[in-house]
Amino acid sequence: MALRTEPFVLNVGPVHPSTHGVFRMRATLDGEVIVNIEPVFGYLHRGIEKLAEERTYSGIIPLTDRLDYLASMSNNLAYVLAVEKLAEIEVPERAEYLRVIMVELQRIASHLIGVGSFLNDCGAFFTPFLYMFREREKVVDMLDMVSGQRLTYNYMRIGGVSQDIPDEFLPALDKFLKQMPGFIDEYDQLLKENEILLARAKGVGILPKELAINISASGPVLRGSGVKWDIRKADPYSVYDRFEFDIPTGTVGDCYDRYRVRVEEMRQSLRIIKQAMEQLPPGAVRSEVPHLLRPPVGEAYGHIESPKGELGFYLVSDNSIAPYRCHIRAPSLINLTALRDMMIGWKIADAIIIFGSIDVCMGEIDR
Amino acid sequence: MTLALSVKEIATKIEGQFPGSVVEPSQDSLVVDRESLFEITQFLKTSPEFDFDYLTGITAVDYYDYFEVVYHLASIKHNHSLIVKTRCYGRDNPTLPSMISLWRGADFQEREIYDLMGIHFEGHPNLTRIVLWQGFEEHPLRKDYW
Amino acid sequence: MTILNFNLNSIQYWQTLPPDWPGEFWWHWLVFTVIIIGFVLLLVMGFIYIERRGMGRMQARLGPNRTGPFGLLQPVADAIKILLKEDIVPTKADKLVHWLAPVIAFAPVLMVFAVVPFQNGAVLADLNIGILYVVAISSVTTVGIFMAGWGSSNKYSLLGAMRSVAAVVSYEIPLVLTIASVVLIVGSLSLNQIVLAQDIPFILLQPLGFLLYFIAGCAEINRSPFDLFEADSEIVAGFHTEYSGMKFALFYLAEYAEALAISAIITTLFLAGWRGPLLPPWLWFTLKVIIVFFVMVWTRTTLPRVRIDQLMALAWKFLLPLALINLLITGIEVLTLPAALPWVMILANFAIMVLLVLLWSKFFRLGGGRVEV
Repeated sequence: MALRTEPFVLNVGPVHPSTHGVFRMRATLDGEVIVNIEPVFGYLHRGIEKLAEERTYSGIIPLTDRLDYLASMSNNLAYVLAVEKLAEIEVPERAEYLRVIMVELQRIASHLIGVGSFLNDCGAFFTPFLYMFREREKVVDMLDMVSGQRLTYNYMRIGGVSQDIPDEFLPALDKFLKQMPGFIDEYDQLLKENEILLARAKGVGILPKELAINISASGPVLRGSGVKWDIRKADPYSVYDRFEFDIPTGTVGDCYDRYRVRVEEMRQSLRIIKQAMEQLPPGAVRSEVPHLLRPPVGEAYGHIESPKGELGFYLVSDNSIAPYRCHIRAPSLINLTALRDMMIGWKIADAIIIFGSIDVCMGEIDR
Repeated sequence: MTLALSVKEIATKIEGQFPGSVVEPSQDSLVVDRESLFEITQFLKTSPEFDFDYLTGITAVDYYDYFEVVYHLASIKHNHSLIVKTRCYGRDNPTLPSMISLWRGADFQEREIYDLMGIHFEGHPNLTRIVLWQGFEEHPLRKDYW
Repeated sequence: MTILNFNLNSIQYWQTLPPDWPGEFWWHWLVFTVIIIGFVLLLVMGFIYIERRGMGRMQARLGPNRTGPFGLLQPVADAIKILLKEDIVPTKADKLVHWLAPVIAFAPVLMVFAVVPFQNGAVLADLNIGILYVVAISSVTTVGIFMAGWGSSNKYSLLGAMRSVAAVVSYEIPLVLTIASVVLIVGSLSLNQIVLAQDIPFILLQPLGFLLYFIAGCAEINRSPFDLFEADSEIVAGFHTEYSGMKFALFYLAEYAEALAISAIITTLFLAGWRGPLLPPWLWFTLKVIIVFFVMVWTRTTLPRVRIDQLMALAWKFLLPLALINLLITGIEVLTLPAALPWVMILANFAIMVLLVLLWSKFFRLGGGRVEV
């Protein structure tokens, strides 16, 4: 006798410990197996694109902090790059190097949270998460030294950075560079070859290479699927063409690959910071830019490799003090396109770790 | 360095393929006719010469007279990029073909443009509001929304 | 220390009181019930403290250290806070079931301690079917958990409750089979007899049995890495998502009391119970219980969580065959080996354990598990 069963709808979120913010997945379950899943966004929509049309060009920088609040340095950089492209502003050499250092530090901090919360979603009860927060604290302290903030830095300026680094910054950075490789090894020791983690994450939530390109995935999600595509190499911005680093890629595109790519990227970021620190030239950190900038009529698209993926700002200027249109290409949102393909057929427990392995930030998705 | 392809050359090629489709080959972007947008993007994606397999992003700008929809295309294989634009007139029910059958990455971005700008994408399987709630009637990113 | 020792001894004296004493044996039961409740509540508080501080140490943080010396009063503060909280019942909940569930979940756990000996003969009831009683009673808790999941009218709760039932049904089998192999050596079901028989702790005679019992016990009482009935990152809090205030406190208490019960039974079955040199027996017992619990805390901070199908696969493909083999080998050894040579058995059993675990981990692969829908 066949048992009569029927699927039921489970709302994962908007308030749920593992949705990394206020995100909702309407999951249709057959027992524990996911039959259909539909992401629902918009709980954190603040209309940043509309707000930007009312603000001066430099007044938008604090808004960008609130996009991906775990990587506000990167958002700052993407925005100022677009404005500098639009208004054709030169940036002093020293500022470019400082930008690279800050953005790579930010990448480490963001990946620490990304990896930590992924492992937390796997059920490793906060141990890796808190170990990673210990090191993130050091990064945050350093960024606090240069910007006076711990989360929303508002450090980059059009034509440079807001201020030069204080004297105690470089020694702290040096110490961090010496310690961090050991700490990354320590994270690997925690769970890299743990049997349960392998059983949970290997082969789970596979995003094939072709699909990853087709859905415009970017960042570790794309590289985890084995596509060697990094804006820092493909279209070098700032002074990235002067540094040597590798692009770590995965092979199959499962959760484990994405997790490994993030860990390896932290090592590469350390390499970049080290080179940038050695080459750091003296000089001014900011070029003369009018407070009320009026870029010529036109448009510009500036993009960077943010920790989450390709973050782009599309600015249209009508020669007024505020942009006519400011569009943000948010990597977190677009990376979620294949959520359904990755999750169908897996259990609800897998859905949580698949979502965790994409590493999204709700501030960026809803904007 | 991602190579921004010369718009002039592409414009002549496309003009040869689809006569009368290119509206205005400007300095850095290719403005094409709304009617032949889908054929052109399909050509750009499938032709081995261009091979634009990666849709970086879609966005729309409201110019009061018309909406300009901007497609940022890139090719991972050749590492070059192109900006394709199209214009759709009329504020009540502007429509465009959906790119979802070429690049699935267009899914959420088209929904977002529909939500905030009010442009309909024909052929999109699930064109509903994405950040605002169902039942909201305006389109906030339009310039006449206050 | 000596006072309680004296008390326990005098209880034995009470037990031998003549039936014409007022109330007959009721005194024994009354005193022991009070002692057991006190023991459980105190040790649960101690466990909460150990777990929070121990996890703090393992996770590179401090843990609660503000209430009282070294944060010792934290469980008291937690208890007061939780008891003063508002009791919220969901509108669509099955009120009676929702109300009854925590009681049904907690009461059996307390009943388990009736047969656990704190010292030779210091037992509420030295049942001659003691361990059978433990197995029977402890699975009743699942009924309470399922009632909580069903009565809450919450899908997360229901998922957690169903996982719980599935896991307990599966893990009860290897659990009982490992107990059977211990019973085979002792020849008695009485827990007191089992302790008395352990001149050598059975962890040495039954290393595989201990391992299997520990794993199955952890799975049954919802400890990490098998804590998926209340997996906080997946189904929020599982069966007790909709509970608050006093009822939640009961579930919380039941959870730790279960951990205490399993630790106490492991101590009794495998670690020679109250036996040990120098210290008074009840202290030995408590110390061993705390050590076993500490291992559980350790695994909780170390390991990620398995998935429900992997949990079931582990029970049926790993624990069950090994438990059967262990039972068979123990039976053969009891029949053939002379009792005077326990060292042969110890060495043989350790070798067999290593061999079997290695062998099975080659056969047995978790992972994958996508279902076509």
